[in-house]
Amino acid sequence: MKRLIVIGNGMAGVAAVEQILKYQHDFEITIFGDEIYANYNRILLSLVLAGEKSTEEIILNNHDWYRANGIHARLGIRIAAINIGSHCVIDDQGRATEYDKLILATGSRAFIPPIPGVDKENVHVFRTLDDTRALLKKARPGLKAVIIGGGLLGLEAARGLQIRGCEVSVVHLKETLMDRQLDLTAGEYLKRKIESLGIHVLLPKHTAEILGNHRVEGVRFESGEELEANLVVIAAGIRPNAELARDAGLAVRRGIVVNDYMETSHPDIFAVGECTEHRGQTFGLVAPLMEQAKVLGATITNHRGPAFTGALPATKLKIMGVDIVSAGSIDETEPDIEVLRYEDPGLGIYKKLLLQHNRLRGFILVGDTEHEHRYLDWMRTGADLREHRRHLLFPPQDADPGLEIADMRDSEIVCGCNGVRKGDIIAAIHKHGITTLAQLKRCTRASTGCGSCAHVCEKLLRAVVPDFQKETESTLCSCFPFSYDRLREIVRSQKLKSVQEVLNVYGNRKGCEVCKPALSYMLDMLWCGEHEEDRSARFINDRVHANIQKDGTFSVVPRMRGGVTSPAELRRIADVAEKYRVPMVKVTGSQRIDLLGIKKEDLPRVWADLGMPSGQAYTKGVRMVKTCVGTEFCRFGVQDSTRAGIELERRLENLYTPHKVKMAVVGCPRNCAEATVKDIGMVGQDGGWQVVVGGAAGKNVRKADLLVTVETTEQALEACMLFFQYYRENANYLERTYDFVERLGIERVRKETVYAPEAEKRKLLDRLARSKALAKDAWLEGQNPVHPTQFVQIQPIDKPALTTL
Amino acid sequence: MTNTMHWTRITHTENIPVREGRAVKVGELEIAIFNLNGRFLTIENRCPHKGGPLCDGIVSGTTVVCPLHGWRFDLESGMAVMASEPSCVATFPTRVEEGIVLVNLPVERTTRDSKLSDSK
Repeated sequence: MKRLIVIGNGMAGVAAVEQILKYQHDFEITIFGDEIYANYNRILLSLVLAGEKSTEEIILNNHDWYRANGIHARLGIRIAAINIGSHCVIDDQGRATEYDKLILATGSRAFIPPIPGVDKENVHVFRTLDDTRALLKKARPGLKAVIIGGGLLGLEAARGLQIRGCEVSVVHLKETLMDRQLDLTAGEYLKRKIESLGIHVLLPKHTAEILGNHRVEGVRFESGEELEANLVVIAAGIRPNAELARDAGLAVRRGIVVNDYMETSHPDIFAVGECTEHRGQTFGLVAPLMEQAKVLGATITNHRGPAFTGALPATKLKIMGVDIVSAGSIDETEPDIEVLRYEDPGLGIYKKLLLQHNRLRGFILVGDTEHEHRYLDWMRTGADLREHRRHLLFPPQDADPGLEIADMRDSEIVCGCNGVRKGDIIAAIHKHGITTLAQLKRCTRASTGCGSCAHVCEKLLRAVVPDFQKETESTLCSCFPFSYDRLREIVRSQKLKSVQEVLNVYGNRKGCEVCKPALSYMLDMLWCGEHEEDRSARFINDRVHANIQKDGTFSVVPRMRGGVTSPAELRRIADVAEKYRVPMVKVTGSQRIDLLGIKKEDLPRVWADLGMPSGQAYTKGVRMVKTCVGTEFCRFGVQDSTRAGIELERRLENLYTPHKVKMAVVGCPRNCAEATVKDIGMVGQDGGWQVVVGGAAGKNVRKADLLVTVETTEQALEACMLFFQYYRENANYLERTYDFVERLGIERVRKETVYAPEAEKRKLLDRLARSKALAKDAWLEGQNPVHPTQFVQIQPIDKPALTTL
Repeated sequence: MTNTMHWTRITHTENIPVREGRAVKVGELEIAIFNLNGRFLTIENRCPHKGGPLCDGIVSGTTVVCPLHGWRFDLESGMAVMASEPSCVATFPTRVEEGIVLVNLPVERTTRDSKLSDSK
């Protein structure tokens, strides 16, 4: 056995080890890492800061992996010196460990510019998990944070801190944010986006000093202006960690010099990752590191041959909803450069391609990054684009979305972070019988880097795996460039609390009758009353809590749980009908009574006189639970359906849903209240209940699917509640349960509701309980309207004298 | 009297919430006044399609969507937007003075009683 030591437990070092493991080798591998954590995904730290991912979620290789592969992990140990003569490394405790081969993967560190005051308390960098944890400890609402550096990392740190409630300013030396990747126009778009998120952007600003005694109190710029700050984060770039190599006598310039085979100036020592310098270039992105790791894996296991010839610079900003990709050269002044541009200021979309002799040299995508992979592949392969010139910015529409995938060549790279090709993915799917994205990730590592190629991986899965199930992706409406699912993810992770805010930051600022109610629902479901209720974004029915009729009058349906009423209620209903001269009183198909033709201004008095809560017959919400008389009176009944139905209605009433939810509970399989064609139904059996979901008897007729069979009424109610909340959280707006259940498949629905792990079930029920605790009878607004003139007929101040004809 | 217009004081601005409309009857004429972030616009409160109350529609930019069947009208021009056939609603000049919305309305229609003209 030969002893291989790797200094550095980061992405590059461990990727190199993973590559070595792919070959026959006789190494005993020891990895030293000065961080205490197992190998984690450094590029996702900004998501940890923003609270979108937990620290566990960004671990790439856990301790089991080290054990399973016989790798000694020596974590929390810094190597202080390399003694080339005696083939050993010396740690900070002075202990020596011998090697036969050595890999330097020491990475890079944050560059700290020589600004007076950088040593003050509360000046941070943002580079490691510990840095992230330190920032998380400081971040609190109202804290004034200044980020020095408006590059990728600076912006991601800014957003993370701002989501945590800090008041954040980004200060950048240049006129353009991310100036190394973007042109002026793209920089302007980005600036606008960042500002609309509520982050201050100061350009161009040269920081002269960090102010304060011990602790940061502010920053002063060269212009003399000052800015108050309790926290400063320096994100001014990185520098390779090359001192260890330099002290050992290896060739080092800015980084550790390596050749095309990742060999340093000493035959037993190799280097990989951000600590290296290759053909005068240093590195700060993941894709080239992965390429280097592959080459090193081959070289060190005596398969020297594959060469590293440099990598395409490609950058992607990871701020939810701020989609920006830049790759290649964006220098317009090079000879024979042709520039193609497209802009939509309303949607915040900007695309720019730089061609040279019909070949793509670079591109910038803002707001719409869908064709990123196509462009990257064209750049990698140097494709001649003469044939494609009419379709460079907008590829021709394919009727079949699978076609685009079919057109991709097997050698095309899908996951730029890990260098996974389309062919690798297809082969893995066939070889390992992969059916889910999670399996694909584990097996190929595709989309485990920045995660931006997940949708391409899904398309491949859909094309190759016949029973692959994944939500259809369609945009909500033309106001947003995102699907409903993605928008919900944005709203959730970015903690957006008002419809107008979502529209201003991520949409066209205007919104429409489709997205406004959808967003209103989304905010209410996610934040349960902590959001800003905006009635202008609601359909009229949800402003006045009644159903608009063809003549502009409204219908009123009071809640009658389980369809059970009383003589007193009926008397009040009759009195109201007479008092307000209600043109029609009608019994509905839902076992309720409908009062039709009521004027808007009469609604609050009608509700007060009825003295009954809202039946929600006008909204996308819980409509009713219809029941039969069950064991109470029926000679066939085997379950107390009336009482169970009333209880079900009590537990879910006043809640809102993606589309209306109609329910029924029947006391025997004769199904008199038609539970099997309801969104949720309980069917009484001798000794138990069947809970059925996804039924319909409207525009569509569909028999409900069996969710579960249980013994007790309480279990049946719980199953209903699990499905109910699951539907609330996962359906698209205006998607009825029958479409939802068909889209996901009943097996998946079961697995994620009634057969989910107890902890998951508990979470669903807890979230439901939280919503329910804040849900109110909407008709209480009759006495306390959201706006004073909501139910008032405004009279003109001037009353022109009426003349009779 | 035909075609004579009169600036009529209607209501205090705060009675019309942002991005919403409110209906006001002046004689036989029913108007819908909208508040676009402090800018007030007025149209006739009757969708030419099936008579829907446009005041109750969702506002999208400078357009309003009829709550009955989704016809969309531009509040500035009164023109139907993206309709299968050209259609429009009447618009009325609107201004704000000392916190009160004034609308320039045709005298003929505002001085006639809607109930009497209906029963004709």
